[in-house]
Amino acid sequence: MHTNDTLAVHAQGLVKTFGDQRAVDGIDLEVRRGEVFGVLGPNGAGKTTTLKMLATLLPIDGGRAEVFGHDVSREGHVIRQLLGVTGQYASVDENLTATENLLLFGRLQGLSRPESKRRAATLLEQFDLTEAANKPISAFSGGMRRRLDLAASLITRPPLIFLDEPTTGLDPRTRGQMWDTIRELVDEGCTVLLTTQYLDEADQLADRIAVIDRGVKVAEGTSDELKSSVGRSSLTVHLAERDDLVLAAATARGLVGEEPVPSPEARRLSVPLERSEQAVDVLVALREKGIGIESLTVQKPSLDEVFLALTGHTADSDTDDSASMEAAS
Amino acid sequence: MSTLTTTPPGDATQRVTVDTGVLDRRLATHVSLGQTVAQTMTLAWRATMKMRRNFEQLFDVTIQPLLFTAMFAYIFGGAISGSVKDYLPVIIPGLIGQTVLTACIATGVQLREDMDKGVFDRFKVLPIARIAPLAGPMVADLVRYAIASTLTFGTGIAMGYRPGGGVLGVFGAILLAIVTGWSLAWIFTWFGTVGKTAQGVQGISLMVMFPLTFLSNAFVPTATMPGWLRAFADVNPVSHVISAIRELANHGQVTAEVGWAVLGCAVVVAIFAPLSVRSFNRKM
Ligand SMILES: Nc1ncnc2c1ncn2[C@@H]1O[C@H](COP(=O)(O)OP(=O)(O)OP(=O)(O)O)[C@@H](O)[C@H]1O
Ligand SMILES: [Mg+2]
Repeated sequence: MHTNDTLAVHAQGLVKTFGDQRAVDGIDLEVRRGEVFGVLGPNGAGKTTTLKMLATLLPIDGGRAEVFGHDVSREGHVIRQLLGVTGQYASVDENLTATENLLLFGRLQGLSRPESKRRAATLLEQFDLTEAANKPISAFSGGMRRRLDLAASLITRPPLIFLDEPTTGLDPRTRGQMWDTIRELVDEGCTVLLTTQYLDEADQLADRIAVIDRGVKVAEGTSDELKSSVGRSSLTVHLAERDDLVLAAATARGLVGEEPVPSPEARRLSVPLERSEQAVDVLVALREKGIGIESLTVQKPSLDEVFLALTGHTADSDTDDSASMEAAS
Repeated sequence: MSTLTTTPPGDATQRVTVDTGVLDRRLATHVSLGQTVAQTMTLAWRATMKMRRNFEQLFDVTIQPLLFTAMFAYIFGGAISGSVKDYLPVIIPGLIGQTVLTACIATGVQLREDMDKGVFDRFKVLPIARIAPLAGPMVADLVRYAIASTLTFGTGIAMGYRPGGGVLGVFGAILLAIVTGWSLAWIFTWFGTVGKTAQGVQGISLMVMFPLTFLSNAFVPTATMPGWLRAFADVNPVSHVISAIRELANHGQVTAEVGWAVLGCAVVVAIFAPLSVRSFNRKM
């Protein structure tokens, strides 16, 4: 493989087998420097396994991978100096306080004591953990643990960061904070490779997304590309008067060129959208016709729809069913 | 967008430069000996912090020696040596051997527990010597062996034991006990690296620890044992360690037993250290 200067991660045909199960079955990844790359997939898709192979945590069974041009299989020690890894489960020391954890990881990576202390204080501040700095980790909430875990990966300012499901189990506010933090990292020049089960998260954060399912990459592209390839948003309006339904449907059809789906009992009309902006056009037109609206929602295609479209099966069904895996491959 | 320069093979460091300013550092291709020592000491610090926070982890080297010393001396003293006071010079070194061995078991069990914890996943992905997470706790455990042997001597002295070897003899005995603890800990560390669960490690460790301590001269002179048992007790390295401790503490003499004890320890380390390191590396 020829070294590509613009790639932070370059994987070709990655394979991992557990017994006779091919958990990762020939995945190619190209993560450019300075971007956020999202790996999207349901439970058991092989996200963690892929990340672990790239992080030198699992031997690569087939194919090859380079990180900043260094071979992952042969130059493990060099790779580990370039990486910050935040795994799916918190990997901090329960017996130490937040500060002590950061000092431990700083010292282990060769920072001097004063330097480690300075870095620890900065990171605790940045991650809003200053107040909990001297509390034992056992007293931390899940979100605090997650933030400390990320902080621990950043002590030596690694240029490449792997985040395995960074927001799973976080409440919406904490999730938003985590997203902001990840964006800041990118502003500072980091490259981020993250996995997620949420289309929404990939949408918010990732410049490019690879969708994997059962160890195979089924799609890749920007979030817009994926969504337009996969399914469409829809606008649902609740009308004030049931009598307006026919007129509203005709108006919407004229704008989007497709038949809206009415449900008269609920005075509800569901309008398929080619592009999300069309929602505004529809609403303006309804207002001009004097049709009253009680409430409305715009729905993006859900992860389930994405999976249905890309793989022919839904995200959460039969992922552990080896019989259907045989059939799919 | 970015530049990447790699020095020719053979050079220990390489330079990778990225225009973002985040990465402009020297990358080593291996861990130096100095770094390995520094990382081991950092992980030893972590282990001592853990000991301080979980005081019950120190029970086997604090409460147990206190209890056992009093118990064994009062129960067996009259029967074996005629009086408690006469038994003390026999039993105190014996108990030191026993408590240090018990303390070793914890080394293996705790390593196993540690390896199952999340923080070990981070150790695996840090650019550190693969051996440091194993060596760190072993360094910290020297403190445990020191506490165990000092406390046992202290309890004995409080009960009327007057070591004939004086301060120097006792000091030598404690030192030998620490060396022994560290050496024999490799056996249990190896169990820790191959065992599937901490409980399993504990079980097999006890199965090894009991014959090693009780089939020795720790509590009774081997002369009273049947021939086959005596044959084992006499070659048991624990017997040699205990004899050496007795001679150091009671007579202030460095005899051939000290040599045998050190040799026995060296053999144990020579066998079990490579085994442990190999199976640990496989899991790191
Ligand atoms: N150590 C292992 N031994 C055996 N099978 C494994 C092992 N690790 C993972 N697998 C299997 O490999 C497949 C992929 O697992 P992986 O953890 O990579 O999925 P994932 O995409 O990270 O899922 P999740 O969203 O649940 O974290 C799963 O079917 C899993 O059962
Ligand atoms: Mg996972």
